[in-house]
Amino acid sequence: MIKLEHISKSYSAGIPALNDVNLEIEDGEFVFIVGDSGSGKSTLIKLLLKELEPSEGNITIDGKVLGRIKRRQIPKFRRNIGVVFQDFRLLKDRNVYENIAFAQKVIGESNKSIRKKVPNMLSLVGLAAKYRSYPRELSGGEQQRVAIARALINEPTILLADEPTGNLDNNNAWEIMKLLEEINSRGTTVIVVTHNMEIVDVMKKRVITIKKGLVVSDNKGDEAHEV
Amino acid sequence: MKFNTLLYSIQQGFKNIVRNSMFSVASMATMAACIFMFGVFYILVFNVNAMVKSAEESVAVTVFFDEGIADSRIQDIGEDIQKRTEVRAINFVSAEEAWEYFKDIYFEGNEEYATGFSENPLANSANYEIYLNDISQQSSLVRYLENIDGVREVKQSQSVAETLTEFNKILSIVSGGIILILLCVAIFLINNTVTVGIAVRKEEIAIMKLIGATDFLVRAPFIVEGVVIGLIGASIPLTLLFVLYDKIVEYFAVQFTFVGELLQFVSPAVLFQGLIPIALTLGVGIGFLGSIWTIRKHLKV
Repeated sequence: MIKLEHISKSYSAGIPALNDVNLEIEDGEFVFIVGDSGSGKSTLIKLLLKELEPSEGNITIDGKVLGRIKRRQIPKFRRNIGVVFQDFRLLKDRNVYENIAFAQKVIGESNKSIRKKVPNMLSLVGLAAKYRSYPRELSGGEQQRVAIARALINEPTILLADEPTGNLDNNNAWEIMKLLEEINSRGTTVIVVTHNMEIVDVMKKRVITIKKGLVVSDNKGDEAHEV
Repeated sequence: MKFNTLLYSIQQGFKNIVRNSMFSVASMATMAACIFMFGVFYILVFNVNAMVKSAEESVAVTVFFDEGIADSRIQDIGEDIQKRTEVRAINFVSAEEAWEYFKDIYFEGNEEYATGFSENPLANSANYEIYLNDISQQSSLVRYLENIDGVREVKQSQSVAETLTEFNKILSIVSGGIILILLCVAIFLINNTVTVGIAVRKEEIAIMKLIGATDFLVRAPFIVEGVVIGLIGASIPLTLLFVLYDKIVEYFAVQFTFVGELLQFVSPAVLFQGLIPIALTLGVGIGFLGSIWTIRKHLKV
């Protein structure tokens, strides 16, 4: 469970990026976070990854208060959260297999475990046949699938996707959303930050709208909650 | 720390070197030049030290006696000298022995010339060769010897050892200064190489951090990179110096036999027994410190 209590974040004197945000996201939920550019969505993602510290308030993830996590404990904490970005952030000098295996190597997994897990993950994202391809040889949608596979290989309980369809055409965007939905159906909490309102409207998931650092609505499925 | 993590760090360190091959080669070359210079000065200082020691050991004060002095008096003088604390050893050379030694040295191959002397031309050259514990005590001993009744002349040969000692001091200071400058250049170049490595791997480091890589895993490849550069940078000049030194010693032994007494080179085995661990430690140390310094400066994890 993710719990934000009275979270505010200011970078400098002026309008805060986030202002007294209160949220609760249950385990296994699929949540969209929407809002204009500069509304505070990316700040929220960074706070959840403990890349930033809130100016005020507490964040609790799976019972752990982030403010109490020591610096040396951050790597272990982050292994429980997978992240996907709009620009994929793949390593260009490594092929699909190596990009996914990279996440396992970073946490010290054995080669035996890597050889077992990576092909399974490639099958899940539908890229088993392209494991030797380099990022430049893949379409945008395929690159995003690799990024998702890399985010999931360490079996996190939460997947954060920051504009995952931002660089994709409509067909590929839908393919990625279907994949995220499937991942969610397996029990992973999925949080998607997006601009794509068409997808948000069709998928009928929980939608949290942020405007100028404030949560202005929290639409849980069919029922809308004005905040 | 898991074995796989360590292995991964080492692999990445080597990959960094290959990726930044130009900077890596430049760093290795500078390191090699630095260690080579260090090696050259080490060899010089070590050899001059050995020569000083050898010269000190061979430096003797020679005491000649008055003409017609009784043998018993010579013996008494010898016993008195032997009692002095500064004396390590004393050796009596009779007039006959002195003449034999002279003949061996100067009439070698032309022994017939010596037969022209019906009498010992060195009849008055019986002497004591006195070897000292410490060359600095020579002056006081000479003063004592000159005042002994029956002593005609006291000869001393301090200047060679003194000159070598002085030369060694200057050599040590100059080499120390040059090595210090070269070390700074080597550290600076390693710093540059690692900085470029960090810039090239910026994206990878960011991803590593997000995935949950520990600080150690992010930093370790750069430390491996620095250490390997240092190790290779030290190994190349060591090999080169070993080969060169061996050849030079051989060349001097063959070509300059007339200075053989003075130029007694230390054997390569003895010399490199000390130089190899020092140079490797220096190379690895510079590589390690250079990379640590850069990581602290540029890599905020």
